[in-house]
Amino acid sequence: MSFYGIVDGSEGSLKNFLSQLPGVDQVGAEARAAMLATRSIKTTSKRWAIDTAISMVDLTTLEGADTTGKVRALCTKAVRPDPTDLTIPSVGAVCVYNDMVLIARTHLDSIGGKHVPVAAVSTAFPSGRASMEVKIQDTQDAIDAGAAEIDMVIDRGAFLSGKFGLVFDEIVKIREVCGDRAHLKVIFETGELVTYDNVRKASYLAMLAGADFIKTSTGKVAPAATPPVVLVMLEAVRDFYAMTNRRIGVKPAGGIRNTKDAIKQLVLVNETAGPEWLTPEFFRIGASALLNDLLMQRMKMDDGYYASPNYVTID
Amino acid sequence: MSRLEVKKTYKLYINGAFPRSESGRIYEVTDAKGNFIANPALASRKDLRDAVVAARAAQIGWAKATAYNRGQILYRIAEMLEGRADQIANEISATSGVTPKKAHEQLISAIDRWVWYAGWSDKLAAAFGSTNPVAGPYYNFTIPEAQGVIAVAPKDEFLAFIDSIAPVITSGNSVIALVPGASAVPAMTFAEVLATSDLPHGVINILTGSHDELAPWAASHMDIDGMDISGIDKKKRAALKEAGAENLKRIHNFDDAQSPNRIYAFMEAKTVWHPIGV
Repeated sequence: MSFYGIVDGSEGSLKNFLSQLPGVDQVGAEARAAMLATRSIKTTSKRWAIDTAISMVDLTTLEGADTTGKVRALCTKAVRPDPTDLTIPSVGAVCVYNDMVLIARTHLDSIGGKHVPVAAVSTAFPSGRASMEVKIQDTQDAIDAGAAEIDMVIDRGAFLSGKFGLVFDEIVKIREVCGDRAHLKVIFETGELVTYDNVRKASYLAMLAGADFIKTSTGKVAPAATPPVVLVMLEAVRDFYAMTNRRIGVKPAGGIRNTKDAIKQLVLVNETAGPEWLTPEFFRIGASALLNDLLMQRMKMDDGYYASPNYVTID
Repeated sequence: MSRLEVKKTYKLYINGAFPRSESGRIYEVTDAKGNFIANPALASRKDLRDAVVAARAAQIGWAKATAYNRGQILYRIAEMLEGRADQIANEISATSGVTPKKAHEQLISAIDRWVWYAGWSDKLAAAFGSTNPVAGPYYNFTIPEAQGVIAVAPKDEFLAFIDSIAPVITSGNSVIALVPGASAVPAMTFAEVLATSDLPHGVINILTGSHDELAPWAASHMDIDGMDISGIDKKKRAALKEAGAENLKRIHNFDDAQSPNRIYAFMEAKTVWHPIGV
């Protein structure tokens, strides 16, 4: 088998390819991300950025304490983030645990939210510690229940001990399960990958194995979507597009809590990958608290005075 | 060789930390003869917004603390202020032009205010609450509770600044003080007193600068529940009240320097019905 004519999927070919990737200039990446974070986005640009960010949010609830009621409330908010303002776009997707997919899909369909996809975190999220059969079954379950996007986690233990073939095969198999029924997002948990070099390697590994999206984190480990990590991943999708003509999306998740953080991410996308990535099709932000802050900033721009969390829903 | 004096950089007091103004601006304070004294920070509306976030986060825990504990902490502020008495009295005298004797009296009054309000914290429910007669088998209580986040705009005088913040936090509110003009100098030294008084971070936040710049933003801010505008020019009060109407903000000004009414003004009544056992 050949993947883009670059690797054949064997351990040896993967090692060869990944080892010839240039190392990340750590100081340079951090300085570049910090420099881009100082861009000042105001007035009409800010307004555009807020609406764009809302349309890119994967509105997420991944708690052990999730209830069907909470998931339904989340879906309602996803379709119409602020019921008093119909000019606000729906969010990019609703992201829930596997057993909540059916509840979310049914509720979305019943309230006129057919256009909002449901993303499921599969493959023994968040640790990824389960047998391959279980991971495949997990994924199949989610797709059967109506998930249009699968967020899978990689086996970080295998990756860190250099078993790239194992990680690659897992992604390929989950890709097969998804087929053309679901988009595949591959989560690296960059907080556990330790170095930027590893983030770059994991990005190429996932893209070659057929990921539609590469995603930073589960949200369960800090640090999560730091700007330099996102920068490295955006560089990877940009260069991969140049190599293969296939555009892969990026999803930072975890730690993006306010409008300023979100706008920083959009600046990173525009300046690194390019404006073609500035759509929900190729850039998503995994978040829960962020949406309220975006709504409050939008209120501030409309009303001219500072908003209060009392005027947005809690979940 | 003469020693080069180490001058203090005056900053703001937000969430228990001393940040510079986000705007980087300062203004000059001089004595009556025009001699330079200090460059306090000129706070911007972004600083105000940060202070509101800090005050909101702090208020929940502060209101939950027992009234007795709040009283202890208010008393602790008096203890700490006593230790800095000379420094602050000198600053009051230098910046406001009053005699050293008058400045000292003002400082002593400030300390006494804290002790006085410390005594009030666990008596509020008894003084302002009530048991109400109702036609049914219920006990009916009215209990006063802290309102939330309060902004205060005292006039340019150290004692007025203390008069505005002490009653507000006694009941469990958090406060954002907009301190104008030269009183910023003793007020920021007082912030160092607060930092060592066991007061939870964010319960008192101090922004120095201009009322004209900050008060309208505070009045319209939806996450500020009340405002004391005693130090605002009479002609400018109506506009602030209008701006505060959007979130039904309680906006008051007070004539009494020290009064339990200054505490009660920023409390709201909760009424509880409790069935009497059959």
